Amino acid sequence: MDVFSDLITYFTNNGSYVWEQFFRHFLMSAYGVLFAAIVGIPVGILIARYSRLSSVVLSLANVIQTIPALAMLAVLMLVMGLGTNTVVFALFLYSLLPIIKNTYTGIRNVDHTLIESGKAMGMTKWQILRMVEIPLSLSVIMAGLRTALVITIGIATIGTFIGAGGLGDIIMRGTNAQDGTAIILAGAIPTAFMAVIADVLMGWLERSLMPVKKKKQDSNEQEEVTA
Amino acid sequence: MLKFEHVSKKYKGGKTAVSNLNLEFKKGEFIVFIGPSGCGKTTTMKMINRLIEPTEGKIFINDEDIMEKDPVKLRREIGYVIQQIGLFPHMTIQENISLVLKLLKWPEEKRKKRAEELLSLVDMTPDYLERYPHELSGGQQQRIGVLRALAADQPLILMDEPFGALDPITRDALQDEFKNLQKKLDKTIVFVTHDMDEALKLADRIVILRDGQLVQCGTPDEILREPADEFVEEFIGKERLVQAKPNITTVEQIMNAHPVTITSDEQLSNAITVMKTNRVDSLLVIDQEGVLEGYIDVEAIDQNRKKAKDVADILIPDTFSVYKDALVRDTIRQILKKGLKYVPVVDEKRHLVGIVTRTSLVDIVYDSIWGDEELERAQ
Repeated sequence: MDVFSDLITYFTNNGSYVWEQFFRHFLMSAYGVLFAAIVGIPVGILIARYSRLSSVVLSLANVIQTIPALAMLAVLMLVMGLGTNTVVFALFLYSLLPIIKNTYTGIRNVDHTLIESGKAMGMTKWQILRMVEIPLSLSVIMAGLRTALVITIGIATIGTFIGAGGLGDIIMRGTNAQDGTAIILAGAIPTAFMAVIADVLMGWLERSLMPVKKKKQDSNEQEEVTA
Repeated sequence: MLKFEHVSKKYKGGKTAVSNLNLEFKKGEFIVFIGPSGCGKTTTMKMINRLIEPTEGKIFINDEDIMEKDPVKLRREIGYVIQQIGLFPHMTIQENISLVLKLLKWPEEKRKKRAEELLSLVDMTPDYLERYPHELSGGQQQRIGVLRALAADQPLILMDEPFGALDPITRDALQDEFKNLQKKLDKTIVFVTHDMDEALKLADRIVILRDGQLVQCGTPDEILREPADEFVEEFIGKERLVQAKPNITTVEQIMNAHPVTITSDEQLSNAITVMKTNRVDSLLVIDQEGVLEGYIDVEAIDQNRKKAKDVADILIPDTFSVYKDALVRDTIRQILKKGLKYVPVVDEKRHLVGIVTRTSLVDIVYDSIWGDEELERAQ
């Protein structure tokens, strides 16, 4: 159990450092996803409207997704230089596909009869989007953000190669040190932990945004009370 | 209220959905478009609120050309109910009902009040307001769908097979409920269906379409009585035509044209002879021109034999009578309700032209039981 006690020692000695990197790592991922959401959601809505654009945009986003992370960082580094911004931009690019795709699917899957009845009631296009399409596809869009966040948390670890910091720094340090298993774990475990927590939290958020809320239990309870 | 002028709709592929439709409807009419699938009935309906725009011709609502109005504004003035109900699953019943009001920027409190008021129209309690559509049964959901179309008190409501997806019992209940509601609220309704029973039950006027063409337009009675062609006949169905017979036949067709009568200036003794020879217990009294004056019966004669001499003396004047073009259906109802033995039939000038007795009714019953066979034999 040497490794385990080493790990504990590392955490106790470098607690604030690990926390700092943890936080930095999270912010990089979050910013990447945030910017991707700002761009991706409107693009997704747009291509759901003009389906001719959809194949072009989606295949472009697909191509970005296939580029190996290290290669992407290297290429971006040539243009943008070293540092956090380059990593955030890379994460932004990787987040685009899940966000655009889910927004597109979500909007496309809104029951057509609902859109028609909205239209027939005299909603403007904007009102249909705001009052019908977005609320009904919100949980699918959230699922996209969730996927994107989990992906970026993983990719952000290699940000260390271009000096962006984050938990990747700790892992790198471990690989460079002799007997660095404990240090590698000290970086890897929080990364995995962050990804799992992000997944769980976003999953919860996604469910709470489901358009059809399960209120059945409430009403059953009410009936029991009145009975 | 609603007018179609040479309205046509051609789709891009050259397919004609509706061609050269001319129709005019009054306020408060319940209009049913009916026809086989693909006949253009839904297209015609959707052109009214511009979900589909006509390629040719004009549609007027209250003499306003709908193409000159803002489509969004137009649609807010027209209620719309569809077969799939189309309630928004993420909104409560209250939000669903008052959505058009929200679009029209009514204040929240008024919206809530209106929603409650509407809910009471279909006998649902206000505690439904906070529920979500999926907690309601199909029938309840469609009631809400109908209420939503009534929310802003739109004078015109379009309905696209609204009861098509419901089970027969719920459908029947909703049809009755809705017909009452329509009469009470005096709405003009354009209703699309392919169910003839529904059309006959609800419509003031039925518009039968085939391949985008108008085949016949008339009241249910007119259509049952005189189907325009074989297509209409087949569409109505032979069974229904036979069944509908008592509903559309007039009294004139079934009455006995030779009632036993007596003029009012005859003597009572003559009246008794007439009764005896014809084996009846009462006589219809007419004057010289054949105008119905009343009746006399054995009882009256018996009571007044000593005093009275002429028929006129014991004449009972207030006789219930029906016009010869009254429907048998209504007459039967009155005979049964009032417990009458017979009803004299008169024309517009109250000339006695015949009589409907309980025997005539028995004949109808025989007809509707064995009439089918005779019909087949005749063919």
